Amino acid sequence: MPIYDSVFYSRLLTETTLAFHIIFATIGVGVPVMIMLAELASIKRKDPYYALLARRWARGFVITVAIGVVTGTAIGLQLSLLWPKFMEIAGQAIALPLFLETFAFFIEAIFLGIYLYTWERLKPKHHLLLLVPVVIGSSASAFFITTVNAFMNTPQGFTLKDGLITNVQPILAMFNPSMPTKVAHVLSSAYMTSAFILAAIAAYSLLRKKGDTLYAKKALKLTVTAGLVFAITTAMIGDLSAKFLAHTQPEKLAAAEWHFETTKNAPLVLGGILTENNEVKYALKIPYALSILAGGTPGTEVKGLNDIPKDLRPPLYVHYFFDAMVAIGMFVIVVAICHMWYARKKSRKPYPRWLLAIIVVCGPLSMLGIQCGWFYAEVGRQPWILRGYMKVADAATTSQDVDTMLLLFCLLYIVLALTAVKVLSKLFRKNDVADELIALGIFGGRTKE
Amino acid sequence: MSLELVGITVLWIFLYGYLIVASIDFGAGFFSYYSVITMKKHIIHKIIERYLSPVWEVTNVFLVFFYIGMVGFFPETARYYGTALLVPGSVAIILLAIRGAYYAFSNYGSKDNKWYMLLYGATGLLIPATLSTVLTISEGGIIVEQNGMIFLDWSKLLGSPYTWSVILLSLVSVLYISSMFLSFYAYRAKDYPAFGILRGYALFWSGPTILASLLVFFAINQQNPEHFRNMLNLGWMFGASFICFLVAVYLLWKRIKLGLSFILVLLQFAFAFFGYGKAHLPYILFPYISIHENFTNQAMGTALVIAFIAGLVILIPSLFLLMRLFLFDADYVQGKFIKKGD
Ligand code: HDD
Ligand code: HEM
Ligand code: HEM
Repeated sequence: MPIYDSVFYSRLLTETTLAFHIIFATIGVGVPVMIMLAELASIKRKDPYYALLARRWARGFVITVAIGVVTGTAIGLQLSLLWPKFMEIAGQAIALPLFLETFAFFIEAIFLGIYLYTWERLKPKHHLLLLVPVVIGSSASAFFITTVNAFMNTPQGFTLKDGLITNVQPILAMFNPSMPTKVAHVLSSAYMTSAFILAAIAAYSLLRKKGDTLYAKKALKLTVTAGLVFAITTAMIGDLSAKFLAHTQPEKLAAAEWHFETTKNAPLVLGGILTENNEVKYALKIPYALSILAGGTPGTEVKGLNDIPKDLRPPLYVHYFFDAMVAIGMFVIVVAICHMWYARKKSRKPYPRWLLAIIVVCGPLSMLGIQCGWFYAEVGRQPWILRGYMKVADAATTSQDVDTMLLLFCLLYIVLALTAVKVLSKLFRKNDVADELIALGIFGGRTKE
Repeated sequence: MSLELVGITVLWIFLYGYLIVASIDFGAGFFSYYSVITMKKHIIHKIIERYLSPVWEVTNVFLVFFYIGMVGFFPETARYYGTALLVPGSVAIILLAIRGAYYAFSNYGSKDNKWYMLLYGATGLLIPATLSTVLTISEGGIIVEQNGMIFLDWSKLLGSPYTWSVILLSLVSVLYISSMFLSFYAYRAKDYPAFGILRGYALFWSGPTILASLLVFFAINQQNPEHFRNMLNLGWMFGASFICFLVAVYLLWKRIKLGLSFILVLLQFAFAFFGYGKAHLPYILFPYISIHENFTNQAMGTALVIAFIAGLVILIPSLFLLMRLFLFDADYVQGKFIKKGD
């Protein structure tokens, strides 16, 4: 770097922390739902295998929650440290959901603590009830933080004049136009991703043929079925998100689609590269598809980038993030349907290995989808931090030490990630499924809880 | 009570909550590690683990609540503290992150990994030291604004005796609060060997705590005489704090009424902390941010207070349930629920 640029480093540090946090936050939002499904199944079908599933997932979950909590604490403080001027304005207008979020954290933390330490103390039904506040708490925290993010895209509920904020309406700011689709898409994609990550673990143990295969098969069926439902929901809401963008934030959709001329019958561009003078090459074009995505009919006019001032256009590389996200969404749906097809046929005992291998890949792939989605959404908002009001470059800290901090945090995340992987894999190797089945008295009927 | 006073009171109460629960947590981490290296682990480790495991995440939320609430009620604190505190703030975040993560690793994952316990124990002392410097900074003279630029004067920060006295106080009071609580907890658990050791720690740290408090008291005079005068006007609060301290230690010494003894410890810190806070008003950052001039707009202020009340309606019963299950349930405290598998 020739000259020190605190904006650049602040962006890098924010991206790093958020990209790391979102992995664990997604798991934190989705896995409690899956644990709840497993506990429900265990009670409904009186099948102790599902109880063990819930228990083993919960055990790994604690580790990921811990990292979610510490990185969340980091991003919360970092927002003030790196974007002080933005937080000053945000504090005036959008503090309400941020504040409410801390109550959601409280509820989640309290009941998760109780849940983890009362397996033996409570009846299964009561124990299951403890999960309800955990699920509500974690989904509510996603809800609240996403309303803040939505506010950054479509700010409303205040008047800004000469640097002074007046006429603040906190509820209006919270329920801004971008909020409904954003919240719904974030939640469903978190559920979907968690389901596929757990499916990947089950498929992996089936591939290795270690332990009790009946256990892994039940896990696989539960997770893939849930994953399919959530993936279809995610795709449908994603479609609504695109329609929303076309209407309210057209530059973001146009950048994702390399769409320059405002036209009807606009084609959807898949892949490809962009030449110096903005020609699209080597791309797969689906006629009318962009118009349909944007408005439901081929006749819909889609605003192009040429109608947007040059300095207000988002970077065009977001195209790849968008394509990757959508492709991943479609791919996992196909895989899940394949699995359902095989699972239906009782006669074919073992699942084909190729299918298991692909399911293993779907876990990390879904997480990649989350990352692509966020990078698309956030980079697509550029150059704004508060669309229409404040640019990223004007919001950053003036401190001269951001680069050093960036290094420190990278180091921290690497260490945390490595240790987490080590601890998690040790945890599952140490506790063999077969041993646990015996320990819980599962061979021979119901568990004693 | 005006809205801004409600706001700062709420924040101060939660910071007080954090002070107590985090001190118990930080100190426990230290004693845990200390017990490993002095081969007493088998005696006190169980007690510590049984209390801490279900609550550590809740502890963290108290801190999050405080700083999110601060930016909400007093948005300009973000600009001043945010700009000036990048380095110390980041260091605190990293320490908190290491601590939280390694707590989970050593408790739920690789049990008894000595390195994890060292990281966990050591950060428990470094975090209060780092966080407490914010109190020094709030006294003024350390964050300076020149030509519209805000920065932190490191030489003033590190050169002030007040800084060091606050750090000292934070360290000893962490150990004091924690060992007082754990003594009470061990006694309830009827774990007398552990009680014996923890009681020794508590008595040991009581003297330094009160000495360090006195030191801070006089160092404030140097740093910010106005604040010191305000504190003298509230002298009765500090007197009450001292009496609570004496009785608490006496009860522990005599091994009677340990519950009351810990409540008195809570009061001791409550009196001192609120006395300090009240005397600090109206400034949050002397002389730049005061609660009157830098309060958020009325609409947001009202919304936050309503949200807070609604939040409490859910929060208080939940906290109560948590305490009932893990603090006041004699069977749990005595470890009667044997874990299967976990
Ligand atoms: C695995 C996760 C995943 C999958 C499969 C999809 N998405 Fe997505 N998408 C997200 C995960 C995600 C996300 C991480 O949740 C984002 C980032 C910010 C947000 O609001 O949601 C997102 C944002 C996002 C946006 C931007 C919204 C905004 O900025 O307001 C659009 C237009 C879409 N998505 C559209 C789609 C479509 C048409 C999909 C078709 C399959 C799709 N997404 C699948
Ligand atoms: C700028 C963005 C974000 C900020 C400032 C933020 C802030 C935080 C904070 C402070 C915590 C720690 C809470 C505690 O102490 O218990 C946390 C944890 C958490 N965050 Fe984030 N967060 C952000 C993005 C997200 C997103 C996008 C999601 C969901 C999709 C999310 C979901 C969660 C969840 C569920 C937790 C609880 C810990 C866990 O279960 O893993 N956060 N976040
Ligand atoms: C409270 C909500 C949020 C706030 C205040 C916030 C703030 C910011 C800021 C200040 C930046 C840097 C400026 C920029 O480069 O655009 C940024 C970028 C980014 N944020 Fe958000 N963000 C929020 C929510 C999220 C969430 C929930 C995620 C999900 C992980 C996220 C992911 C990102 C990413 C990936 C970037 C990098 C964009 C780029 O390269 O420019 N953000 N955000």
